Amino acid sequence: MDTRTQEFLDYVQSGGQVETGDWMPDEYRSKLVKFIEMHGNSELMGVLPERDWILRAPTLQRKLALTAKIQDEVGHAQLIYRVVEDLGKPRSACLDDLVSGKAKFHNVFHYPTRTWGDVGVIAWLVDAAAIVSQKALLKCSYAPYARIMKKICWEESFHILHGRDVILALVTGTDEQFGLVQEALDRWWEPLMHFHGNPIPADEDPMYVWRIKSQGNEEARQQFLDGYVPQIRELGLTIPDPALRKDEATGQWLYTEPDWDELRAVVTGHGPASEERLAFRRLSREDVAWVEQVVLAEAA
Amino acid sequence: MLGARAPEESAAAEAGSAGREPQRGQGTIFEVFRQERKGQPIQHAGSVAAPDGRFAEIYAREQYGRRQESVALWLVPREAVSEIAGFPDEFELKYRRVDGYSIKARLREAREKAGTLELAPGAADE
Repeated sequence: MDTRTQEFLDYVQSGGQVETGDWMPDEYRSKLVKFIEMHGNSELMGVLPERDWILRAPTLQRKLALTAKIQDEVGHAQLIYRVVEDLGKPRSACLDDLVSGKAKFHNVFHYPTRTWGDVGVIAWLVDAAAIVSQKALLKCSYAPYARIMKKICWEESFHILHGRDVILALVTGTDEQFGLVQEALDRWWEPLMHFHGNPIPADEDPMYVWRIKSQGNEEARQQFLDGYVPQIRELGLTIPDPALRKDEATGQWLYTEPDWDELRAVVTGHGPASEERLAFRRLSREDVAWVEQVVLAEAA
Repeated sequence: MLGARAPEESAAAEAGSAGREPQRGQGTIFEVFRQERKGQPIQHAGSVAAPDGRFAEIYAREQYGRRQESVALWLVPREAVSEIAGFPDEFELKYRRVDGYSIKARLREAREKAGTLELAPGAADE
């Protein structure tokens, strides 16, 4: 590693912040683009599982809340792609890579939603898992991203409340409604355990080394379990992992080791709903291409 | 900070021209500043890429004003913003700042002289 890169590494590791016009090592820039782009892709793809339920939401209020949540997610994608653009990769290139399957997005958005219970579980627990990661990103060494994360975290907090409200309405309803939540939890638990990524030690994770992420994957997962296992159990729900328990001595949650090969397969586009969702994105992009052409032509 | 500096030697910076010019098909980049409440400073919040000012207003309202979280937004095309960075102090003009004055020793001397040392706050710690 050359001196200038080493100095930069020392700088970010001691809490130094980097702005858009600052010199940065090529490896830092490319890792940053990859990470932030994946986040933008995830916000955009994350819309699709929930979008299916707008027309099927049980009340008008839920319809409105779901629509607003989806608008927020797309807005977040816009903010995030803007940051990627300032690092040198145009939004159109990000979308090209997304629909071609070249770029990744979070595992949870590769799964189908089967019932209204799924909608609650996603808005509550998937968003909660995401916010654990996002809070850590507030300390990202790349300042423009850290700044928009502040805005995003603030807005995501409504989403979790909406999700929890949906869940509470179901669990205090009929046995059938309670059953919808339990059944959804049974299916979503493994993807939730995958969400924070495999337990690579933080100092072997380039994203942590460059302080793009400020915590390791396992630390994030433990925070999620600490915060949400009690909240799930207090509703009378059963988490479908009999081995899940907190070791009081170490304060660590123990659990059945998730299947990391499955995670790898899913994020490389082999999830149950991956192809369907990418196809939808591809199609809607083709459908609206004329708008972009007209708007840009008019403004020229 | 806004990418307005002279190009650095990084190969990637050359390839990406990190935010200096709008990319093909992107339009103009507008910096967005927001004021949270009357009396608060107007602070940089982010940017939007738009074909022109009318679209920039629509996008900024949507992305930075959706929840009535600001009382005002300012939009400024990025090329209108010039950055000044680097404020050298070669002569160490500390007398212009609070850290240029150390009165502790002289204050103690004055209190001793006036016989008021025991009355001073924190005198027991001296």
